[in-house]
Amino acid sequence: MKNYQLLLNPLNDENPITVQVLGICSALAVTVQMKPAIVMALSVTVVTAFSNLIISMGRNTIPPRIRIIIQLVVVAFLVIVVDQVLKAYVYDVSKKLSVFVGLIITNCILMGRLEAFAMSNKPFESFLDGIGNGAGYGLILIALGTIRELLGSGSLMGYQIIPQAFYESGYQDNGMMILPPMALITVGIIIWIQRGYNRKLIDKS
Amino acid sequence: MENLLDLFIRNVFTENMIFAYFLGMCSYLAVSKTVKTSIGLGIAVIFVITVTVPVNWILENYLLKSGALSWLGSRFENVDLSFLSFLLFIAVIAAMVQLIEMVVEKSAPALYNALGIFLPLIAVNCAVLGAALFMQEREYGTIVEATVYGFGAGFGWALAIIVLAAIREKLKYSNVPAPLRGLGLAFILTGLLAIAFMGFSGIKI
Repeated sequence: MKNYQLLLNPLNDENPITVQVLGICSALAVTVQMKPAIVMALSVTVVTAFSNLIISMGRNTIPPRIRIIIQLVVVAFLVIVVDQVLKAYVYDVSKKLSVFVGLIITNCILMGRLEAFAMSNKPFESFLDGIGNGAGYGLILIALGTIRELLGSGSLMGYQIIPQAFYESGYQDNGMMILPPMALITVGIIIWIQRGYNRKLIDKS
Repeated sequence: MENLLDLFIRNVFTENMIFAYFLGMCSYLAVSKTVKTSIGLGIAVIFVITVTVPVNWILENYLLKSGALSWLGSRFENVDLSFLSFLLFIAVIAAMVQLIEMVVEKSAPALYNALGIFLPLIAVNCAVLGAALFMQEREYGTIVEATVYGFGAGFGWALAIIVLAAIREKLKYSNVPAPLRGLGLAFILTGLLAIAFMGFSGIKI
C-alpha cells in the first residue's frame, strides 16, 4: 500500500469508529464539548502512532505467546506519559476527561492496529498507519463534539455561537444533546449518512 | 446491608456501564448479534469484573494510594505510587483473565468451550479496566463494597448486551433502509435503550 493511502484510508473507507467498530467507548463519552474531544483525539493519535512504531520495531523479537502483555505494557507506558503531560499543562481538561485518559490503554483502536498492522509491517508504515487511524478517530470525535456542543449548549470551544437575541425570542438549547444517549444516536446518524454516500460499506447480511 | 443493595441496584440500572458510561462498547456492538453468544460473554464479564475489582482494591489501598504503604513502617508514609495504577491494574486484569482461563479450562470444560474466544478478549474490554478506575475514583471504603460494586457493574453490562441481542435478533425480519442496516441501527437502538434506562435515575432502596 502507498504511504498516502495509509494516512487517508482510515478517514473514510476504513474509519476506525464507523467501519472497524474500534474505540467507541471513549468516542462517546468525551464529546459533550469540543475542547476535550480535540485533546482526546490528539492524545489517542500520539499513543497510537508511537505504540505502532515501538511494537513494529520489535515485531521480530517479541515472542507471540506473550505479545498481548508486551503490547499492553508499551501502551500503558505511553498513556502514563500522556496523562502526566495533560495533568501538567491542561489540568482542567484532564479533570474533565477523568478515567478516559486511562482507558486509552484498552481503547480497541490501539490493540486492533497493533495486532492487525504493526505486528506485520515496517516501522515507518506502522507509524503512518497509527497517525491515519488516530486522525480518522479524531475526525469523528470532532464532528460529534461540534454537533453536540452547538445544539446542546449553543457554543463552540466554550464561545457563545447562538446569538442572545435567539434565546430572548424563545429559542432553547436542546438539553438532550448533552446527555449520553444522544451521542449514540448521533453516531448512528453519522454512520447512516456516511454509508448513504459510500455504498460499498453497506452491510450485506 | 441496605446500603449494599442500593449500591448494587444503582450500578445495574442508573449507572449502567453501557448506557451511562459507554464502557465495553466495542465488544457490546460486535458480539450482540445472537442471544446465545451474548449470554456467554455476559457471564464471562460478570466473572472477571467481580474477581478483578476486589484484587485491584487491595492493591489500591495497600500499595498505590498516597500513604497506603504505611504498613511497611513510618518511612513509607508519604509515598504516593498512584501514577502506576494504570500499569498495575491492567497487569492484574491480564493476569486474572489468563488465570481464570486456565482454571475454567481444567475444571469446567463445557463452560470453557461455550465461552471460546471471548474469555481472552475480555482483557481489553474497557468495562473491566473502567470498573477498576471508577473503584479508585469513588474510594470505596471496604472490600465488600468494592466486590458488590464489581458484581453490579458486570451484571449491568451483561443485562445490556442480552437486551440488545434479543432486539437485534427480531430486527432481522424488518425492512431497514440499506445504509442503516447493522451497525448504524445498533447505535440508534442503544441510544433509545439508554434513554429508557435514564428513567431509572433517582431510584433509592
